[in-house]
Amino acid sequence: MSLLLLLEQSLNGLQFGLMLFLLAAGLTLVFGIMDMINLAHGSLYMIGAFLAATLVPVTGSFWLGVGCALIATALIGALLEFTLLRQLYRRDHLSQVLATFALILISNEAVRMIWGPQPVALDAPAALSGAVEIVPGLQYSAFRLSIIAVGFAVALLLYLLIAKTRIGMWVRAGASNREMALAMGVNVNAVFTFVFALGAALCALAGAMLGPLFAVQVGMGENILILAFVVTVIGGIGSIRGAFAGALLVGAVDTFGRAFLPMLMNKLLPSAIAADAGATLAAIAIYVLMAGVLFWKPQGLFPARA
Amino acid sequence: MQPRTAILLLVLLAALPPVAAVFDQSFYISVASRILIFALAATSLNLVLGYGGMLSFGHAAFFGTGAYTVAILAQHGVHSAWLAWPLAMLVSALIAWPVGAISLRTRGVYFIMITLAFAQMIYYVFVSLKTYGGDDGLTLAERSSIGLGVDVKGDAHFYYACLAVLALAIVLLARLRRSPFGHALEAVKLNETRAEAIGFPVYRIKLVCFILAAAFAGLAGALIANQNNFVSPGLMHWTQSGMLMVMIIVGGLGHLFGGLIGAAFLLLLEEILSAHTEHWQLALGVILLGIVLFAPHGLARSARRSATPA
Repeated sequence: MSLLLLLEQSLNGLQFGLMLFLLAAGLTLVFGIMDMINLAHGSLYMIGAFLAATLVPVTGSFWLGVGCALIATALIGALLEFTLLRQLYRRDHLSQVLATFALILISNEAVRMIWGPQPVALDAPAALSGAVEIVPGLQYSAFRLSIIAVGFAVALLLYLLIAKTRIGMWVRAGASNREMALAMGVNVNAVFTFVFALGAALCALAGAMLGPLFAVQVGMGENILILAFVVTVIGGIGSIRGAFAGALLVGAVDTFGRAFLPMLMNKLLPSAIAADAGATLAAIAIYVLMAGVLFWKPQGLFPARA
Repeated sequence: MQPRTAILLLVLLAALPPVAAVFDQSFYISVASRILIFALAATSLNLVLGYGGMLSFGHAAFFGTGAYTVAILAQHGVHSAWLAWPLAMLVSALIAWPVGAISLRTRGVYFIMITLAFAQMIYYVFVSLKTYGGDDGLTLAERSSIGLGVDVKGDAHFYYACLAVLALAIVLLARLRRSPFGHALEAVKLNETRAEAIGFPVYRIKLVCFILAAAFAGLAGALIANQNNFVSPGLMHWTQSGMLMVMIIVGGLGHLFGGLIGAAFLLLLEEILSAHTEHWQLALGVILLGIVLFAPHGLARSARRSATPA
């Protein structure tokens, strides 16, 4: 295990973690403020990626196309909140699960009708398609580096928005005590719509940035949604800071697990069992992490409601 | 539902294979078997969700575990249903024990999420098990053998086996509900703090309920492995857990026949819609959305409500 490999995997873990943060930030706010389980969050990620894949060639610029996809997905999110999800806040979690599960079916099929069942190509911008030599001997994809940069920039902006602005104050008030925020005259309905649109935009950003790395296809939201839930729960529902810590933790554990656990198993076990055992342990590592966190800190690492 | 209605339903269901044979539509027998199997899986979830009030989002893991138990036994030459099916229940129950014991320490949303996490773990264990097919799944050489002159290799006989198992499970569930355990479970569901104060061992009651439900999900899994002659990790994907949940909510939470009604409704709808359009998932989604908004208490309850004007 060389230092270069360790550095490369750290960057991979950071990059994956930051993208998970974009997904989990919206999820944790919707979850925390509206006490709403939104399984359709992954669908917004998928829709954002598909919109980006369409708009990037149309606009001729990667960043312009992604920007348009962001705005479009935010509008879809706001519309969804305004017309449908608003009806579900007062209902129990089961109704929310059923309704948003139905939304997954609907959006998957709608995307399949519009873009077809085949994966759609979304290329990284040409300027970033090469590799950069970060330290002597380590070539690292420029696009992956830009994902890390975008992730940190958005995390910082989000922190400033939530911690320093008036609307951020309303959002925090809503997350820590909805009834009290209502009583203090916060227009909770407007805050809800804003949070939902913001979450949708962050989803679209993650979808567009990960699109060139993973396939843009129907169903891409289902698996990453569960990871976003894991992050949300580990961090503590409703806490942006928790989502950030949780996302980096999950990104690191998942990446390091996949890179090093099979190697470790090869050293410890006979090779016949080691291949299966290593892959299995790597795949379940983050869920073990989550179960462990919930076992010792049932409210997550940074509970929003102290 | 009155006992008389239940018996009538059983007779109707039993008459299905000969009727289908008369109309030369024996394809529908395997559709019906699928419905009965999913009805059993959904009914077992109903025990946790409807009677116990625990929002478990990982029930498909136990369903899949039962299926894999049968498939792995078959791989090693064990085909007897009398051995494989109870073992499927046992293995599912044994896995549910630690899962439930840990998960039940959490509450509310966290319980939903931790059961989901455990289900994902089990799902990925089977995805990574290359010895037993990994992601591609595992094909069964033949169906389990029951003996006693019943040959479940034929679809009609297998249908009757599924019907018998489901009927038995529903009778057991009905008896369980009226047993002291059932009443204690209801007390826990209605008010946990009060039940604790009265002196019920709340944690143990919930855990027993969780394990029992997993065992029946395992039995349903054993049947689906036989029905498809194939198992894959897809059986325990989280969307499958979601589907089972949807069946229960649609059919009627805590209703004895909620699982059967929900499974029949959903699978028949899928069958009908997919015959007319390849975009049947869109229609299904819209219908489910309509049910959440306009029939929030499930089909069984809503039918009864509209039948008896308030």
